[in-house]
Parts: sequence; C-alpha cells; structure tokens
Amino acid sequence: MKLEVNINNIEETEQLAEILGPLISGGTVMLLKGDLGAGKTTFAQCVGITLGVRRRMSSPTFNIIKSYNAENFVLHHMDCYRLENSDEDLGFDEYFNEQDVSIIEWPGFIEEFLPDEYLSVTIEKTAGDGRLFTLESNGAKYDSVLEALQNVIPSD
Amino acid sequence: MTQDTVILSIETSCDETAASVVRNGTEIMSNVVVSQIESHKRFGGVVPEVASRHHVETITLVIEQALEEAGMAPEGLSAVAVTEGPGLIGALLVGINAAKAFSFAHDLPLIPVHHIAGHIYANQLEEELEFPLVALIVSGGHTELIYMDDHLSFEVIGETRDDAVGEAYDKVARVIGLPYPGGPHVDRLSREGADTFDFPRAYLEQGSYDFSFSGLKSAVINTLHNRRQKGLEIKKEDVARSFQESAVDVLTKKTMDAVEEYEVKHLLVAGGVAANSGLRQRFESLCSEHDVKLSIPKLKFCTDNAAMIGAVAHHLYQQNHFASLDLNGRNFIDIELFV
Repeated sequence: MKLEVNINNIEETEQLAEILGPLISGGTVMLLKGDLGAGKTTFAQCVGITLGVRRRMSSPTFNIIKSYNAENFVLHHMDCYRLENSDEDLGFDEYFNEQDVSIIEWPGFIEEFLPDEYLSVTIEKTAGDGRLFTLESNGAKYDSVLEALQNVIPSD
Repeated sequence: MTQDTVILSIETSCDETAASVVRNGTEIMSNVVVSQIESHKRFGGVVPEVASRHHVETITLVIEQALEEAGMAPEGLSAVAVTEGPGLIGALLVGINAAKAFSFAHDLPLIPVHHIAGHIYANQLEEELEFPLVALIVSGGHTELIYMDDHLSFEVIGETRDDAVGEAYDKVARVIGLPYPGGPHVDRLSREGADTFDFPRAYLEQGSYDFSFSGLKSAVINTLHNRRQKGLEIKKEDVARSFQESAVDVLTKKTMDAVEEYEVKHLLVAGGVAANSGLRQRFESLCSEHDVKLSIPKLKFCTDNAAMIGAVAHHLYQQNHFASLDLNGRNFIDIELFV
C-alpha cells in the first residue's frame, strides 16, 4: 500500500509525526529515504518526540546507531550513510526484534540485513520548504498502519 | 614522594584501534593508533568500515605494541583504562572486552573513561589544565561546549541539536565532489576561495550555546542545486570558503561568549576539527584580543587516541573510580554524570 502526503513546512512535518507516532508499536521498523538535506533526521526527531523520547536526538551519522528510551520501548535511530560500499553486518538482527523500534536512514546500504516487513518513508523536496512524503507498507502490520493513517490525514 | 601511576589505556569507540601507556596522566610512554581510514585508503579509497571485526583483528597487536614501546610489563602497571562510551557499540565492546580480560588476567583495577573527557584531557599531555576553563569539542560525531571548574567536573553548556560540525564538513565535501574524510579538503580549498555565498549563520535563540549545522548543510545543497539547474558555474573554492566562514563564525562567537560569561581565562579546543586552519586562526586572534589562553593539542592528540584516555584515567585512579568486570559499552553516557 502507498500513501502520498504533501507537506508545506516544518509545522506540518511535526503534525504528520504526531499522527504517525501513536501507530508505532514495539517491533516497528521504519525506513527513511531521501537525499542529503531532505529532512530525514528532522522527521526522525519529530517522531521521537511523539514517542516520548526526552533526550535530544542528534544526527546518528557518526555513531551509526543511537538508542533512546521512548515511553513504551527502546528506539534505535540508525544512519547507514557511512556504510556505503560496505558489506558490514553490525549485528542488525539484534536490533530488529519484537520489542524495539528502529528508524533507519540510508537503509539502501544495509539492504541485505533489513527485515522482510517494514514501513518505508521517502522524503522529496518540492517547492519552497515543501516536502512530498511517500509512505509505503511492506507487510500486513504496516498496511494497517497506513490504513489508519489514511483515515486521519486531512486530504489535500 | 608518591609512587608513579602507570596506566595502560585502550580506545576503540569508532574508526581507530588505539592503546597507550601513560605515566602520571601526563607522560606518554607509548601511543599506538591504527586507523581504519588509513588501511582502507590503501585499498582504493573505500569508505571506512567501522565494524568491530577490524578492531578484533588489531586490538591485541596494538596492546602488545603499546606495552613493548613503553618497555612495560603488565606487572609494572597500576591499572587498565578503557573508553566506555559514547561511540559505536560494537566497536566499544572490543576495547572493553580486551580491557576486562587484561584486568582479570593481571589483577589490575579497571577504569571506565568517557570519550569526550578524553578529548578534553588530551591537552594535559602537553600542559596543565587551568581551571576554570571552557572546552570546545569539535569532531565528526561531536560539537559540544563544556565548562569545568575542577578536574572531572563537567558541565555541558551547549551541544549540537542536529549534525556535528565535522559531519557537516564531510557532507558538504561530498556534494562538491571531494573525497572522504572531507574536512581537510574543504579547509584546503577554502583558502583559495572567497565568501561569496553568504550562507546563513545559525546562532539560535539569544543566550543559547547550542549549535545547529543541518540548516547550513541544506543551504549549501540547495544553492548548488539551484545553480546547477540554471547552468551557472560553481566555484568549489568559494563554496568551501563560504561554508567554512559560516561554521567558524558560529563556533567562535558562541565559544567566546561562553568564555566571557563564565569568566574563564583558559580555552581548550579539541577533536578532529580543531585541526581546521580557519578555526585555529580565528581562535588565535580572538583569544589574543581578549587575553585568554588558548590550547589546541597537536593533531595526533586531537583525533582519537588512547593516550588521552590514560590522561583522564590518572585522575579517576586517584579517586578510586573503578568498574567491575560486568562493565558494558554504552552508546550514550552523560558526561555530567559519568564520575
């Protein structure tokens, strides 16, 4: 299933995160795709806040994986940017379990280690500060996330 | 006369596998660093892999070499120290497990050290820290302003809200087609360019010592994108210079504001980006203008190394700050709560 959402500014990005946040539960894996500067980390920060992360979520590019206590689970914020041209397995399967939530930037560089089911979010720049968010589900759990999301998102 | 403290220290928080022997927190007996960036350059500029496997392959050799160069047998050591975090967890664990094994085998106390404390104490390998002081830590993973009124007392007064400054350097380098790690290349190019783009300076709210470099990164990307679409020429030197001027303006303004507000006479700058010539020159002139003592360790102590971990560990040893053998790596540790 696929859902497109047009965003005009940072406030609307925060609103999208607020709608998506309650639909995220233990075991959720969210892939964040988009070019440098598209706003992947910013969106991850917004989602983190709605999940109850209190510590500041800064960019995980350098450490690749940063983990946070959210309200109901541990949130792993990953960035595989530095793993380009690498076939390294950093023990990802330990992070993709039924309790924890993972948000993964640049997931294309660890394709072979990703779980079979996930929610994919692609962010593209449009005019001005605008962004096009394309959400795609892979697996029944994520189909229902998108269905729920579709019902609450104000249509353009 | 008190007995000498000789500490074997180990650092594996990121790309470098390092071990060192330091006497009394100041005298370096050996300092061995194996960089994975270097080893990968030899294989044709592959982006460095940061996985634990590389640390596993090197760690015992690095420790052996550090002891040998220091002419030190395990019996002569007072303790073994290791970086506990923050860092990449798999990488940290290699150093931690090596340190635990060494500690157990030779019956030595085990000292856990905060990586950022290490960067600050790198300066102690060259001269005494003079309190109170402000330290600016700038690297690929960190951008932090820390106030200290005494040994092992850390107050984080500012930090990045998004990208670390070194990360912004690397990403800008990539969009103008420079190799990784991009910082030194941007720095070099910037000397041949002019600040023609006038990129934004992110000072954030009045009175905040926090940093934000994500907006600057985006501004550079957007500008390049627009010019490419219009078929306009892009002078890389000018992009590099304009970017660097923005980064240096913000880093130095906030740091000097903190120096003034906290009334300190000693400023430390550490981390890999401390090697940046633009940043060094600006701090040199500002500090001489404001009559503040500026310390920037030599480059080999600015980047990750184990001697800096040994320098902190000396003070932790004196305070009997030891860990038990269930020590675990942590990818986040609050430096204010670490001692």
